[in-house]
Amino acid sequence: MTKSTIAAFAIGLLFGLGLCVSGMILPSKVKGFLDVAGPWDPSLAFVMGGAVGVGLIAFRVARGRSRALLGDEMRLPKERRIDAPLVVGATIFGIGWGLGGVCPGPAIVDLAFLDPQVVVFVLAMLAGMALEKGARGFIGGAR
Amino acid sequence: MQIDWANFAPWSAALGGVAIGLAAGLMILLLGRIAGVSGIVAGLLPPARGDAAWRVAFILGLVASAALLRLAGAATTPVFDIGYGATIVAGLLVGFGARLGGGCTSGHGVCGLSRLSLRALVATGAFMTSGVLTVFALRCLVGRP
Repeated sequence: MTKSTIAAFAIGLLFGLGLCVSGMILPSKVKGFLDVAGPWDPSLAFVMGGAVGVGLIAFRVARGRSRALLGDEMRLPKERRIDAPLVVGATIFGIGWGLGGVCPGPAIVDLAFLDPQVVVFVLAMLAGMALEKGARGFIGGAR
Repeated sequence: MQIDWANFAPWSAALGGVAIGLAAGLMILLLGRIAGVSGIVAGLLPPARGDAAWRVAFILGLVASAALLRLAGAATTPVFDIGYGATIVAGLLVGFGARLGGGCTSGHGVCGLSRLSLRALVATGAFMTSGVLTVFALRCLVGRP
């Protein structure tokens, strides 16, 4: 097992703890945040605030480097286009997010609760990803 | 607008957010990768030789986090209050949309905004808008989000 693999596990653990502590893993919390017409719970705006606050510093440091600290190539996204796949894809994603109350990270974290409905969600999500890959040549993906 | 003060928890939200930001920061600084969950997962469909281990390790770390909190008795159990049909539709839309749009809440919402990417800002605005409208539609159609 390489250092990168061990680091990736630890990073996943920290990321997941953040998702749990923040409430992002709870569909009721996510829906409460998106429910601006009902009793609105603005908590999750603070998740993004905290995450981006730290992220701004990390990515500023990363931008000046050609290699990551463990020796791998620094892979910062080069894509800058604002096009139809970006907007349509994000919009479709948001509909699923609002309907289910979980996005990909929390859905995977929620597998730990051994609820068959979470397993069904994750399998459907994987199917959606595979469908997009299959359709990409046809409609043109964002990447 | 009416605020749901009973459920409003800014401190735990911000603390969790800082942990997420630290994880995303460590991912780019140590591995040179974007901590975008949909992209990391999709990169395993199918797995590529030499590029799968870190993805699998990250995903296992995600699952381990809640498993550990459960063992410690500190986890709140998520409740999915939609039917199985809606769950399948939601999962399909999340997976398809995240890939077509090149990212989800973590890739665009956390990493992209941290990079000050206009592309990520547009994506985040789009999925927040459609998420809000979807919950509003649910409230109108079935009486609850």
